[in-house]
Amino acid sequence: MRGAVSATKGLLLTICCALVVVPFVGIVSTSLATREQIVRSGGFVIIPDEVTFAAYRALFTGGVVPRAVAVSVFITLVGTALSLASTTLLAYGLSCPRENPHRPVLMLVVGALLFTPGIIPGYLTIDLLGLINSYWAVILPVVVSAFNVVILRAFFMEIPAELVESARIDGASDRQIFSRIVLPLSKAVLSVIGLFYAVGYWNAFFGALLYLNDSAKWPIQLVLRTYVVNQQQLGVDQVGTAELPPQEALQMAILVISIVPILLVYPFIQRHFTKGVLVGAVKG
Amino acid sequence: MQPLPGAVDERTPSPPPEPPRVRRDRFLLLAMLPGLALLLTFHYLPLLGNVIAFKDFQPYLGLVDSPWTGLDNFRVIVEGDPLFLTALTNTLLIMLLQIGVVFTLPIVLALLLDSLLSERLKRVVQTILYLPHFLSWVIVISIFNELLGGSGPINTFLRRHDLGTIDIIGNSAVFKELITGQVLWKEAGWAMILFLAALSRIDPELYEASAVDGAGRLRQIWHVTLPGLRSVIVLLLILRLGDALTVGFEQILLQQQAVGIDASEVLDTYVYNNGIVQSDWGVSAAVGLVKGLVGVALVLGANRLAHAFGEAGLYRREAR
Repeated sequence: MRGAVSATKGLLLTICCALVVVPFVGIVSTSLATREQIVRSGGFVIIPDEVTFAAYRALFTGGVVPRAVAVSVFITLVGTALSLASTTLLAYGLSCPRENPHRPVLMLVVGALLFTPGIIPGYLTIDLLGLINSYWAVILPVVVSAFNVVILRAFFMEIPAELVESARIDGASDRQIFSRIVLPLSKAVLSVIGLFYAVGYWNAFFGALLYLNDSAKWPIQLVLRTYVVNQQQLGVDQVGTAELPPQEALQMAILVISIVPILLVYPFIQRHFTKGVLVGAVKG
Repeated sequence: MQPLPGAVDERTPSPPPEPPRVRRDRFLLLAMLPGLALLLTFHYLPLLGNVIAFKDFQPYLGLVDSPWTGLDNFRVIVEGDPLFLTALTNTLLIMLLQIGVVFTLPIVLALLLDSLLSERLKRVVQTILYLPHFLSWVIVISIFNELLGGSGPINTFLRRHDLGTIDIIGNSAVFKELITGQVLWKEAGWAMILFLAALSRIDPELYEASAVDGAGRLRQIWHVTLPGLRSVIVLLLILRLGDALTVGFEQILLQQQAVGIDASEVLDTYVYNNGIVQSDWGVSAAVGLVKGLVGVALVLGANRLAHAFGEAGLYRREAR
């Protein structure tokens, strides 16, 4: 009886894991498979007989993908830097409650959690600021996440007061306390928040769809939508080589390119967040 | 400056302002400036932009000079415009389906995982199941299309063996089930985290005591485990209720072409399609505004309900 129960549990969990892992394996395999095998297997390959990088070579030689990757990298790097800087500074200001406009600012942050602006007013604001078709329209509205400010402020307030007080007695200014004590103590939480921001920028889709009319400015997610979700054919104009690898391989290669950065940062996120960054913050 | 009521912080208010303080706190004040400016510009300025809901917006006149129309734009809601009603019905159906499935399955998954004895195995399974949360909707939908589509591996296999095909992608009859499945694939693992954390805080002595009293595994789950999860479940239900009218905007927008408006239009896509695509700005903003207000009312209402049942809910952390 007990054996049967634990066997069922094991089987269920194995199925859950397989549901996540097998699609990834298939995508990578198809992107590496030869035309013959793709045709033979009906468009999707689980294990390639023979590995070819033709699809990646074609995509990276020129055309839409290198440009889209460059755009996405730019948005991700600039966005994450701005997000981390402004979130950290705002949270630090709010964690020292002795300066004057502390409470109204805190109310504004908490209010932003509750009231999210709609699509239409958001679009009008970007239009009003003249940011349509600018990368800033994709970045600026999401630079400050009120949720992250609240989490970070809670973390800063947990820093032992004695540490800060003794530094102050030694004559340290607020700026010195911030850069010499608070920041070094917050490396772990800042790296997690930074990674969450970075993943958000890399995945940015709707902002780009709404505000970037010029397809030359598209980030990778919009390229993925056009050529993979909407199945628009990739011609010689969209890739860098005259000879065209099979569409399925090209599509899966674009998919792999969009997933790889997430897979690269995932272990770092995973290592930190289980230690309670998120859980602790939600617990209050 | 007077402290506003209801602030989260419980410390005593600062004394009245005096010039030397401003100078002393200059760094702190400057530090808050960029973040504050961004919040005001991209969060609170758009909230003001909601006045468009009370105007007949003419792009060449601009927001300020467009004529006021009172509550005219809200007529689609009150009089029940068919397209709006379709969007509302779909939203509510999807919401019920998702609270039923996407909310309960992670609890089961967490119980399953928590009963594993090996810590190593637990970590491996967690690592795998959390991953899809970090993928964008475009990626998730690409994966689903690829696997379940007409030329995907499943249908290819079925066709080769003369078993017929399963028609899921682009089939409006099963669209709601499909998107629920996608949400489950993407978020079930992630949704499990908070439940796992709560499970690890349950006192093992409670299990021992109940075992001594003769409780079996199932009775233990009912009398020890679920009560231990209660406050997390209530908290997450409140959060979900606030988002009750928000069901997978990007996710649905990406798949609308394939299944048509009737099966897939929800309130958010209605606002987008009607406002941005068809340029019916005022009406769309009115629908968006009502949706936002209902969301806030639902969170506050659910939170009050949670208090009434003696749970901590979202805020009221002062009691700490």
